[in-house]
Amino acid sequence: MGDNGKEIKEIKLTAKDFASDQDVRWCPGCGDYSILAQVQRSFPDMIGVKKENIVWISGIGCSSRFPYYMDTYGYHTIHGRAPAIATGVKVAMPDLSVWVAAGDGDLLSIGGNHFIHACRKNIDLKILLFNNRIYGLTKGQYSPTSEKGKKTKTSPYGSVDNPFNPAALALGSDATFVGRALDGDAKHLQAMIKRVAEHKGAAFLEIFQNCVIFNDGAFDKLTDKKTRDDNVLYLEHGKPMIFGINKNKGIVLENGKPAVVEIGEGKRRVEDLIVHDENDESFLIATMLAHMTDNPNMPTPVGVFRQVSRPTLDGEIEDQIEQVKKMKKEGDLEKVLFSGNTWSVN
Amino acid sequence: MVKEKEVQQITEVTVRFAGDSGDGMQLTGSQFSETTAIFGNDLSTLPDYPAEIRAPIGTVYGVSGFQLHFSSADIHTPGDRPDVLVAMNPAAIKKNIGELKPGAMIIANTDSFDKKNLQLAKYETNPLEDNSLIGYEVYPVPIAHLTSKALEGTKLSPKEVSRCKNFFALGLMYWLYDRPLEPTQKWIHDKFKNKPEFIEANEKALIAGYNYGENTEIFTTRYNVEPAKLPKGIYRSISGNEATALGFLAASVKSGLPLFLGSYPITPASEILQYLSYYKNFGVKTLQAEDEIAGITSAIGAAYAGNLALTTTSGPGLALKTEAIGLAVMTELPLVIVDVQRGGPSTGLPTKTEQADLLQAVYGRNGESPVAVVAASTPSDCFNMALEAARIAIKFMTPVILLTDGYLGNGSEPWNVPHVKDLPEIPVKFRTEKEGFAPYLRDENLARPWVKPGTPGLEHRVGGLEKANITGNVSYDPDNHDLMIKLREKKVKGIAKDIPLLDIDGDQSGELLVLGWGGTYGAIKEAVIKVREAGYKVSQAHLRYLNPFPSNTEKVLKSFKKILIPEINLGQLAKIIRSEYLIPVEQFNVVRGLPFRVSDIENKIIEMLGGSSNG
Repeated sequence: MGDNGKEIKEIKLTAKDFASDQDVRWCPGCGDYSILAQVQRSFPDMIGVKKENIVWISGIGCSSRFPYYMDTYGYHTIHGRAPAIATGVKVAMPDLSVWVAAGDGDLLSIGGNHFIHACRKNIDLKILLFNNRIYGLTKGQYSPTSEKGKKTKTSPYGSVDNPFNPAALALGSDATFVGRALDGDAKHLQAMIKRVAEHKGAAFLEIFQNCVIFNDGAFDKLTDKKTRDDNVLYLEHGKPMIFGINKNKGIVLENGKPAVVEIGEGKRRVEDLIVHDENDESFLIATMLAHMTDNPNMPTPVGVFRQVSRPTLDGEIEDQIEQVKKMKKEGDLEKVLFSGNTWSVN
Repeated sequence: MVKEKEVQQITEVTVRFAGDSGDGMQLTGSQFSETTAIFGNDLSTLPDYPAEIRAPIGTVYGVSGFQLHFSSADIHTPGDRPDVLVAMNPAAIKKNIGELKPGAMIIANTDSFDKKNLQLAKYETNPLEDNSLIGYEVYPVPIAHLTSKALEGTKLSPKEVSRCKNFFALGLMYWLYDRPLEPTQKWIHDKFKNKPEFIEANEKALIAGYNYGENTEIFTTRYNVEPAKLPKGIYRSISGNEATALGFLAASVKSGLPLFLGSYPITPASEILQYLSYYKNFGVKTLQAEDEIAGITSAIGAAYAGNLALTTTSGPGLALKTEAIGLAVMTELPLVIVDVQRGGPSTGLPTKTEQADLLQAVYGRNGESPVAVVAASTPSDCFNMALEAARIAIKFMTPVILLTDGYLGNGSEPWNVPHVKDLPEIPVKFRTEKEGFAPYLRDENLARPWVKPGTPGLEHRVGGLEKANITGNVSYDPDNHDLMIKLREKKVKGIAKDIPLLDIDGDQSGELLVLGWGGTYGAIKEAVIKVREAGYKVSQAHLRYLNPFPSNTEKVLKSFKKILIPEINLGQLAKIIRSEYLIPVEQFNVVRGLPFRVSDIENKIIEMLGGSSNG
């Protein structure tokens, strides 16, 4: 489908153009509202992607209602299967920009298998994990990202399950883009969504999202203005890892392990700190950063952990088809049907 | 001086090759079939092998068999009981002796009848020597020894020499049934293109086997089975799985839609994925998914994106795909699910055939979840039914389940190859006009519009939550749910007006109708022919459309006093027929993991017609 050569001046879309006519039905105060708003605000800036070429695929859960609220193509599917359905959409129509909205139960519990394989195969999908560390739609059971010891309806004495670390899992599954953002930091979240949009390959963005009903305040430490600067490490490519309310703390590597140090006169120098390299082919620092999460002595990193370039599955499938067409010529059905050992009966 | 051998004309013969899983019996059998097809006989095959890839050598459970029935007349089954057994070891005799015809010929590889192999087969004494095979025509041939003698001077290791013995056996059988060697020689040359030493060895073994028959005193007679008088046309031998793959390839060409197959390997369906992965030059996209669920859900995604979408599996895989089929029902997308049925429940008998997934296909989902169900009746019919499944899915925007089975999938028969121009067209219409668009508007067939993402102005949302009629918005309205449940059912029932009527073979009314479905067609057909030859009156009808049934089904059934339904399950079609039409039917069920024996159905028919013989 070409644009028949005409120069059409495109009118720039606004956030409103991406809002569907459906009433949004999340609980008042839910972190999902912020994510929806930041997506709608970021999308007009997606370069070279037409609105009709955007598809949102989701599974089951509160966050999986997301496609209904976006005025793009959307498919609200079944529990856990969004990455697999999105894979089919992308492979069938590689020109589409295919987005997955999923919760922690959906993506990492029932859909864990599809998630790791989508990462490994490097399908050009944009996967947003709305991680609230609880089952919301089923009303408050612990999830695969709930902290150990958490008391929920199905763990009245505290959960004995060890949780997944989603960023580490995505890195371990060889996703080519792994990032993290907070629902409460609108500007940073928008920036991260744009980075995801630009990436070619399996892009995974974990968004810490507050469930106001069943796990309220889970990320307050990271989003509250008073505490966030001392607890969040904003990763920036090519910059030393500095954090703290007075920008006086940083991360160094000591004996192969990360450590928090103070910087300044008589203390450590900025030059001693690790400089973040998103494109580092090794998984060493990215994995270390992922595992700093939930370490009480460490800040929680947000931003882009890793971005590398690798051929995508959808691209490879297209390329192979072209190669085989060249090698064997375009398929001729009559020839195929009459191939092999044939004989004639007169 | 060898005296001139007698040539005896016969009309048909059933041969079974049997040996260890590593003896190459499937290859030997398929080579014999291919040559026999080219020679012009009608034929039907039954590969029968264990689920273990290389079961312990010499054991009875490790025996792999390939049965082939060929004839100068029209035939429909791989044969009830073999006339000839080629036994590569004692276990092959142990396993098959009970199946042979009285007086059957046994060609035994005497070299493997040593103490160890006899023990492994649980023989206390050598059956070739202890008179236990009296009543059979036994031909002891030292196949291994003769093969290694023939290959003296080649560069092969003793182990590699031993692997050539199946070609010796094949050569001997070619002599016995007067078949040409050339097709197999050509196959050997193609297969070992870059290994001249293997070409030389296998060809030598093949020719040595042939010459052995010619020169030895043991064989005094060879047999001639004249070519069959098949309808005019160009033929090839085809298995059900290959026919299925070609059917969908044809559907892709005829519809102009790219073919997408999402699948996870499972016996006995993997071959369809294997075949289709070759046809990249047709633009076919095959995705070997991480599991059965991703197989179907990726196909649903591809259907949503406007491809001809397909997933292939066998029984346990269909169970895993259940929830996703429901999603395709709710979002009314065209999708074909192929179930190559195997023995169940659970892992069951992976390499054996069965028909016990019918109820699963028709009813096995949560909620009211109607899908179209069709079934192939012979290996080559898999081609037609694959095309039909695709046509119905697209025209009615619905999932369609195509049932084949292990026997059809692995079995082969001559196929009168159709020309592309004679295949039905499959029209496709994607919605592009914005004016008046709604996702759940319906056409005269109650099908909703198919919209490809990327179409400007038609951005909309669909999903697994109940849809409001026409708009497709999420709706919890009680009356809307009732309406949508009934609309979906009505749409699928409406397919009945778009499929052929049920044919009756024989008298159009009378005492007894034998009604079958799927892969039992050949066995029922042959039983009916034999019973008629004995002077009885009996009619046959065979269902290839299981949901909905052809519109005249009730009328057909009510034209007969008695209905017999033979099935390789415990009466699944019988249940549906009873509940649908309140007609009493007689069941006949044998669930051995094997096709029906013709004689069993014959006996059942005669029992039901007791006293009404005209003969």
